[in-house]
This record gives sequence, structure tokens and C-alpha cells, in this order.
Amino acid sequence: MSDLKISGLHKHYGAFHAVKGIDLEVPSGEFTVLVGPSGCGKSTLLRCIAGLEETSAGKIEIGGKDVTYARPRDRDIAMVFQNYALYPYLNVKDNIAFGLRARKFAEAEVEKRAGRAADMLGIGALLQRFPRELSGGQRQRVAIGRAIVRDAILYLFDEPLSNLDAQLRDDMRVEIKRLHQELGRTMVYVTHDQIEAMTLADRIVLLRDGLIEQQGSPLDLFERPATKFVAGFLGSPKMNFLAAVMTDGGVKLGDGTALSLPGKSAAKSGQAVILGIRPQHIAIAGKSVAKGHERVAVIIELVQPTGSRVQVTMPLGGTSIVAELGAHDVSKPGEKIHIDIDMKRAVVIDPQSEKII
Amino acid sequence: MSTLPFHRRKDVRLSLRYLIAALLVVIFVFPVYWLFIISFKTPDEIFAFPPVWYPKSLQLANYKVLFKDGDAETVWNSLILASASTFIAMILGTIAAYSLVRFKTGGENLSVWIISQRMMPPVAIVFPIFLLYVWLGWVDTYVGLIILYTAFSLPYVIWMMRGYIEDIPLELEESALVDGCTRWEVLWKVVLPMARSGLFATAVFTFVFAWNDFLFALVLTRTEVTTYTVQVTHYFGGQSNFWAKIAAMSVLGTIPVFIAVATMQRYLVRGISMGAVKG
Repeated sequence: MSDLKISGLHKHYGAFHAVKGIDLEVPSGEFTVLVGPSGCGKSTLLRCIAGLEETSAGKIEIGGKDVTYARPRDRDIAMVFQNYALYPYLNVKDNIAFGLRARKFAEAEVEKRAGRAADMLGIGALLQRFPRELSGGQRQRVAIGRAIVRDAILYLFDEPLSNLDAQLRDDMRVEIKRLHQELGRTMVYVTHDQIEAMTLADRIVLLRDGLIEQQGSPLDLFERPATKFVAGFLGSPKMNFLAAVMTDGGVKLGDGTALSLPGKSAAKSGQAVILGIRPQHIAIAGKSVAKGHERVAVIIELVQPTGSRVQVTMPLGGTSIVAELGAHDVSKPGEKIHIDIDMKRAVVIDPQSEKII
Repeated sequence: MSTLPFHRRKDVRLSLRYLIAALLVVIFVFPVYWLFIISFKTPDEIFAFPPVWYPKSLQLANYKVLFKDGDAETVWNSLILASASTFIAMILGTIAAYSLVRFKTGGENLSVWIISQRMMPPVAIVFPIFLLYVWLGWVDTYVGLIILYTAFSLPYVIWMMRGYIEDIPLELEESALVDGCTRWEVLWKVVLPMARSGLFATAVFTFVFAWNDFLFALVLTRTEVTTYTVQVTHYFGGQSNFWAKIAAMSVLGTIPVFIAVATMQRYLVRGISMGAVKG
């Protein structure tokens, strides 16, 4: 059974067409992440689901019930906002209990549930504090507590971690993932951060210009992107794109470098294409060239150590590419090295349609 | 001065500042003190020369007369009129302001039109209103003045509350809507507490406006709902002024406003909304 079903959803703001016909189904218990660059319509879509924006066309069903024109309170949803949205005049307990009291729960039940939600989030000791006395991370926990205290069909998260600093964001990400595992509730989560999307999602819905570009499991999208946009959006550092021409059984780069291409591609010989290679699929040359790999010599331009790995920028095929190598594989710019490119995992993109072919 | 060491110069400057501040306080507070003290003086003391700076004993005869003659009831009238009109104006004004802010009711122009109503000099409309009230039978009634004061305060309340409501983060309201509140509950449980300091500050000013009104009360009341502002003028006689009564009445008229401001003072200080969003 699906807890959320959206069909043909459109949203106009005056002349601006923010959501351009979205069909989406979220099965019960799934963690779905809506991800995309700013302005892609992901937040608008979430707000339409919540009922905070009126839809221009289309239908929204939650728990099998048509709620397209229902008020937010009648949709059986809970939502965590980007800016926490805590009531400054209420303490932590009353903030968490707000939704239950608004729905006229018995006070004993309110106490019990608020206490349990707070314990689950490790803020049981802060119940009497006021929001202004809490750190950013604690406030976010209260905001999440206010959502999970309710028995909603659908839990919505609107970029809940974007106001936190990097360290805290990592911690809270783990927390949210753990909560989803414990509660097993259906969650829809909006973010522009591809790492959050990759790590949290059962399923990623990648949006672009108000349309779904591709959806699937994180690994699915990472390994089998349908378009150049998807390939470039997921993964860090970004996928390298090189202009190339198809040859028989391979490609020729702008500077004449010829590479064999063992994977299947619909591209014809002589066709101009874009070759996509992930930085992780490039390694420092080993003793022998593995099957399906291509060895090339390059000169290092730039070295960015990240600790366990190092990001190395180097010229190839008339452009600069980035490779993620072992921390001790290279030393300094100007050095000449050999790299092995895993051509089995390279993708070929049609420059016109930007589709993977 | 330049020969003094730095910290000495600072001391001198500070003392000068205090001296000037003290002088200003005396200048501004003295008339209030004088009014207050006259209300406790005997007629002899009031006209004594050299002046009696402080009376030997605080005698209450001036006040007793006001209560015996029923003049003090005019303070009660003022209190009813100002409280009722403030209460009604705050309720209607806050709802209207919320509507203007959240639903853009009437577009931008309606807000401007509303505040423009406040710019009209009352004296320009007092006589048309008088004629209207004669026709309605509202002259010298509570209802008449309460409606008039409410109507005159509304633009101010709407305009002020509009500003305070605009400052409330939209997410707080949206969160409440999702959590199960209706619009009215959002207004009651989120907007009012968030705008509390602004609400009280606006109420104080609205109250003071109605409390201090003289023109409307003069024209539209006779004997039943005379306000204290009108009553005070009755003591300015052709031949002589009843200074003791004027002073006592003025003190009585100051007390409610003083209490209102004193109790609301902590709300006049803003800052309660800290920590609502980010921080």
C-alpha cells in the first residue's frame, strides 16, 4: 500500500511554473528524499503535500484518501521545518505536546507521549527549558520530537539540517536514519544536499525544473544515471565530463587520446559524445592494467588532500579532470603519473539530449 | 581641562552629565509634583505667598468633596469608555491586521486607506457625528462614545498590529496548522502570544487616546456619561478657578493611566520572541 500518491501535480506562482506535472508514489514505511538544486520545486512539492500551498492542478492522496483540497490539519501529517519553528513562549515539553493538545488528547496521554519522544531524542533532561536556552542541535531535536510525538501517516522534513554546522549535521543525519529504522514510518525528506540524499534515502527522487529527472534507490541513481544531470548531481567530487568522438570499440578524446570502451553503448562510430568518468573510478597505475581499464600518463595540476584520500586535478583530453586517489599515491603538482581509468563504468552521453546512451 | 589626566577628565564629564540630567528631571517633574501637592492643600495654603512647597499635613478634603458631589464618577465613566473601546478595538484590529498580513486582504492599498482615516482631524467630523448621534439617540450614552472611540482607534491598532504580526515567522503558523490548529486557533495560540508585547503596547496607547479625549466627550455628552476631562473644565469659573478641585480631579484622572503603564511596562520591553527561529 502506498501512503502518498501524487498524480499530475502542477503549481503556478503567477507566471512562474514551479511544479510541472509530477507523478509520485511513496510506499508505506519508505524513506523518500526529494533532492535537487535550488529552484527545482522540491520544497514547493513538499508544501503542496502538506497543504500549505494550494495546488494548481493534479491530485494528492494520503493514506488512500484524496486530500487535494483538505486543510493541513485534516491530512494526518507531521512536519519538521527548516528553521525549527519552535514556539519561544513554550518550554520544550509544551512545544512537543503542542500538536497533541491541539488535537485534544487527554493530558495523561500527552505527558506520556511527550516524555517518550523526548527520551527517544535524548532531550529528556531539557523538558523545562525554553527554546532560547537550547543549542541549534537541541532545537532541531525538539522540532523532530514535535513531529514524531504524533501518530501521523506521513512525516515531512523540509531541509531540517541546513541550519546546522557540518559536525552537527552528520550527527543529526545518523539520528534521523535511526529514528526511521525504529519507527518504520513513511517519511518524505527534502534537501539540496546530495550526501544527505544518498545516506538517508530508501529512494531518491531527483527533481529538476519542476519535473522528476529520475527516481530510484541511491545506488541505482549513482551507478545507472539516466541523464548527464543525474550523473553530475550525485557523487562527490563531481563526475568528470569530457568531449569525445565515438570510434569502433572506443572513444577518441579532444587531444587525440584513444580509449577503448568495453561497455555497451547505442552511440554510433563517428558520433560526437560526452564521456562521463567518476573520480572514484580512476586509480593510480598498478603493476598491470586490469581488464577493461585504460592507462594514461598525466601531469598533476593540483592536489587536495581530504585525509584518507586525495583529490587530484590533472589535464586530460583538452580539459581538467579530478581523480580521487589514495592519500599517499601522489606528492606534488608538476609530477608525472600514470593512472588507470575503469572504462567499464564510464558513461556515454548524447550532447543534444543529455541522456546516457 | 587638557592638563587633567585622562581618568580625571572622564570623572568631570560624568558628573556634568548627571548634573544636567538631574536638572532636566526637576524641570519636568516639578509641575506634576505641584499638581499632586495642591490636591492635598487647604485653600489658604494654595494661595499662600511665599508658596508652600510641601503642606504640613496631607488633608483629603478636596477629594472628599469630589466623591460627595458625585464628580468622581466622571473618572469611572472615562474608565468604562476607554476600557471598553480599547478592548473592542484590540479584538477587531488584531483580526483585521492578521487578515491584511496573511491573506493580503484588499491588497496594499487597503492598509494605506485605513491609516489615512487616522489623519483626519477629529474636529472636522465632530458636528456631523453629533447630528447623526442626535438622530440615533446616542448622545450622552456609553454606546455612542464607545463606538466612536473604537472607530477612531481601529486604524492605529490595525496599523501597529500589522507590523507586529509581519514580524512573526510564517513557519510558526504553518507548523501549528500542520499540527492540527484551525486559523482561529493559530491566531489564539501562536499569533497572540508571539505579538504579546506589541499587543499590550498598542493597547496602552489606545487606552490613553480614549482616556485623554476631550473634544468628542465635550460635544457628545451631557450629564450621564461626562468624562473626567470635561468635568475638570467645569472648575474653571468666570470669576475664579477651583484650583483644589482641578488638582484633585487631575490626580484621580492620572491614576488609572499610571497603573496601566506601570503594569504593562514589562511588556513594552520587547525581546520575548528571541530564539523562535534560528538564533
